[in-house]
Amino acid sequence: MRLRLLILLTRIALKMTSVVTTSAPAACWACSVALDASPLLCAACGKVQPAAEIDYFRAFGLPRRLTLDLAALEREFHRLSRRLHPDRFARATAEEQQWSLAATALLNDAYRTLRDPIQRTEYLLKLEGFEIGEEFAGKNKSAKRQPPADLLEEVFELNMQLEEMRMNRKMGESDPALHSELTAVSLRFESELAKLDSGLAEKGAAWDASSAAGDDAARAAAAKDMAAQLDRRRYLRNLVRDVNEALTTDKES
Amino acid sequence: MPEDRATERVIGIDLGTTNSLVAYMEGDKPVVIPGVDGSNLVPSIVALDVAPPDAAASGRTVTVGNSARRALIETPERAVYSVKRLMGRGLEDVQDELKLFPFHLADDIQPGEVLRIRLGEMQFTPSEISAYILRQLKRNAERYFGAAVTKAVITVPAYFNDSQRQATRDAGRMAGLDVLRLVNEPTAAALAYGLDRAKEGIIAVYDFGGGTFDVSILKLNDGIFEVVATNGDTHLGGDDIDNLLLAVALDEIRNEHGVDLRLQPDAIQALRKAVIEAKIALSTEPSAKFDIELPDGDRYQREIPREVYEQLIAPVLARTAAPCRQAMADAGVTPGQIEELVLVGGSTRIPAVRALVDEIFQLSARGKQPHTELNPDEVVALGAAVQASILAGSSTTTDELLLLDVTPLSLGIEALGGVVARIIQRNSTIPASATEHFTTGVDGQTNVAIHVLQGERELATDCRSLARFDLKGIPPMQAGLPRIEVKFLIDANGILQVSAREQRSGIEAQIEVKPTYGLTDEQVETMILDSFDHAETDFEARQLIEARQEAETILIAVNKAPSHSAWQLISETEKAAIHVARLHLEKVKCESDLKAIRDAVTSLDHATRNFAEKMMDAAVSGAMRGKTMQSASDDMAAANPAEIHAPHAFARAEFE
Repeated sequence: MRLRLLILLTRIALKMTSVVTTSAPAACWACSVALDASPLLCAACGKVQPAAEIDYFRAFGLPRRLTLDLAALEREFHRLSRRLHPDRFARATAEEQQWSLAATALLNDAYRTLRDPIQRTEYLLKLEGFEIGEEFAGKNKSAKRQPPADLLEEVFELNMQLEEMRMNRKMGESDPALHSELTAVSLRFESELAKLDSGLAEKGAAWDASSAAGDDAARAAAAKDMAAQLDRRRYLRNLVRDVNEALTTDKES
Repeated sequence: MPEDRATERVIGIDLGTTNSLVAYMEGDKPVVIPGVDGSNLVPSIVALDVAPPDAAASGRTVTVGNSARRALIETPERAVYSVKRLMGRGLEDVQDELKLFPFHLADDIQPGEVLRIRLGEMQFTPSEISAYILRQLKRNAERYFGAAVTKAVITVPAYFNDSQRQATRDAGRMAGLDVLRLVNEPTAAALAYGLDRAKEGIIAVYDFGGGTFDVSILKLNDGIFEVVATNGDTHLGGDDIDNLLLAVALDEIRNEHGVDLRLQPDAIQALRKAVIEAKIALSTEPSAKFDIELPDGDRYQREIPREVYEQLIAPVLARTAAPCRQAMADAGVTPGQIEELVLVGGSTRIPAVRALVDEIFQLSARGKQPHTELNPDEVVALGAAVQASILAGSSTTTDELLLLDVTPLSLGIEALGGVVARIIQRNSTIPASATEHFTTGVDGQTNVAIHVLQGERELATDCRSLARFDLKGIPPMQAGLPRIEVKFLIDANGILQVSAREQRSGIEAQIEVKPTYGLTDEQVETMILDSFDHAETDFEARQLIEARQEAETILIAVNKAPSHSAWQLISETEKAAIHVARLHLEKVKCESDLKAIRDAVTSLDHATRNFAEKMMDAAVSGAMRGKTMQSASDDMAAANPAEIHAPHAFARAEFE
């Protein structure tokens, strides 16, 4: 009854702040020169550094900002990859090979997260102590999440329509009017998603500005705003996905 | 020390479903290393020789490659091909395969156990069979260099999962090779084409081989080969086309001649050979002909026009389209953005495949041609050699090259209700990692079980089970109090590593990793081929012994030749040449000049080549007439392609 044991297992979500620490060593293990840009690599002697628990911004030697030059990020990713990748350490000591593996994994994870504006924002807010992401969307993942208050009525209506479509399909029928109505709903939500994305970018710029100015109150307000918008965005995106899935199966049948 | 290491040769190996190759970077150019028979391709066929009655069990000899080909027809119960299809898989995964391929599995395999293949009186795991192929390639390389080889890069299909990768790495270890890296085949092909650092932009690799299909989209930038998306099907290849043609032929023979060849393994192998020849001919000819003598003396004659053939195989080819479109969608590119397309694998020689590729990637519409300059059978091995050189740091040409590959499948863990919580998404650049936190559900609980899965489906039962981990030795605490941090890391080979620790007590949780279809380290140790022991001993002495054995084997075969019916089919001049070469080899064999023995073996091999071909043809028609027919009670019948039904018949041949 191995499987039953899994029931005893609970995935717990922790605040990222308690996990991510920024305790990187200050100097290179090999040449003792102080590490500056990225703590993964010594700029002076080019040696890979032992695994340290650093955040993704630190890995790239970047401040915690949401506005990023993507081309520069890619260039830096390539530059660091050339120096850190395990392929460069095939003939090194076992210890350095292990460090290279850990450092490259961190670099890749960081690049993947930072190059995507939404993931970047979610990650930064987690670092700032916000509860963001799927695991916080409800105590029980399978439970239906509460829709944002202003969407309650619309979502209720939508679910009725989706149910109707499912019933039709069971009977082997398809209602063209219903189909086009739902297509319109999907398009409307998609455009709201696009609006949310540009709104998030604006808030991100505000967060960056207040961080630079040391305006803690404005910074906290921007963060709170972004967290709320991210929740709404996640909810809408799941909704669009459900509707599109239903539309595809309806078309096929 | 580093200077010594730099001179150590690292070889690149393409361990293919149908053929395998070994290559190496010679100066600034990768080259394929030929085998004893002068051929670059070593067919991935392994046969257990018929042991003389007085031989001890340990004296078993295994034949690999071209010389094992004959065994496929003469002693099909002692030979195996396409073993790559079984790598890292369990009994329930391979049911479809068993219907199509004459794999003779042991009867007592339990679900969840590593497969074992019967060859005569012995059993081997798929990794062991692959190890014999790898050992042959290693020997070919050693022969070529005149020095021991211990390090290799081996290619795998990009869409191989963790278990299939581990099985491949295990095979390398069994063959006495330190596998420095597993490289994805399409990525290797891109490396072979992209030695020129100046290349920039988005390229696609379409790799349709003997048993697997892969497609990869890469971004080239100043020597960096960054894979952005990959997709594929690890059970789709030229083999499937062969099986389809074979099924049609078998059906027709049964319907028209009342003979069910499905019960005759040797006849099936002979027919398969004919089918493959027809397939190859159809890539260049407008039609191909079968003319096969049946056991009852009748003839099965057919003419297959290319049109009919293309209709027949269209559904197989069409299965490559969806992975291509998915890869482009994942990469966020449209066909119009793909600047160059590379064709890899023997099946890309089929004109219908090229037409399909042209349509999917809109090539001719954009005035583009696919890249086929490098031999599609060799390009993966050449790329493996380039990667080997990158790792060895042995060539300035490869100094600035770097491969950034991705994991083809998402990694997840089973959560409440049997759903999969995805922790690393597919197409993430590797090495990649994810950290998860777990706690206990009841007071005093000291164990936590974690089920790791690979795949894109929502439910754990629909994904591939990779391993079950037990976190043991958690200090007894109130439920929910322990905080166990588990780190999942996919390394540069695409293989998962797991580590865990309980954070509150600081106790390192003990992890017991049991791969679902893998071998434990201890099991691998016991399967390391005998050759490994010899690696420790004097290399020169071993080479001499092996050369003498090789000489002995060929002499025995040649001495038996005059009693074979095919002997009458060769000219007197050829017979005289064989005689001279044989006498020469017998003389030098007893001396200690390694090169002289090898040269003598090669010249005898050349002298007998025509005879060997005649003998092969005789074996094929012999099998058809049922001369070497096995008894029908042979349980191998169960493994024959009885289950596929021909979609439609071939047109009747119009022989004049």
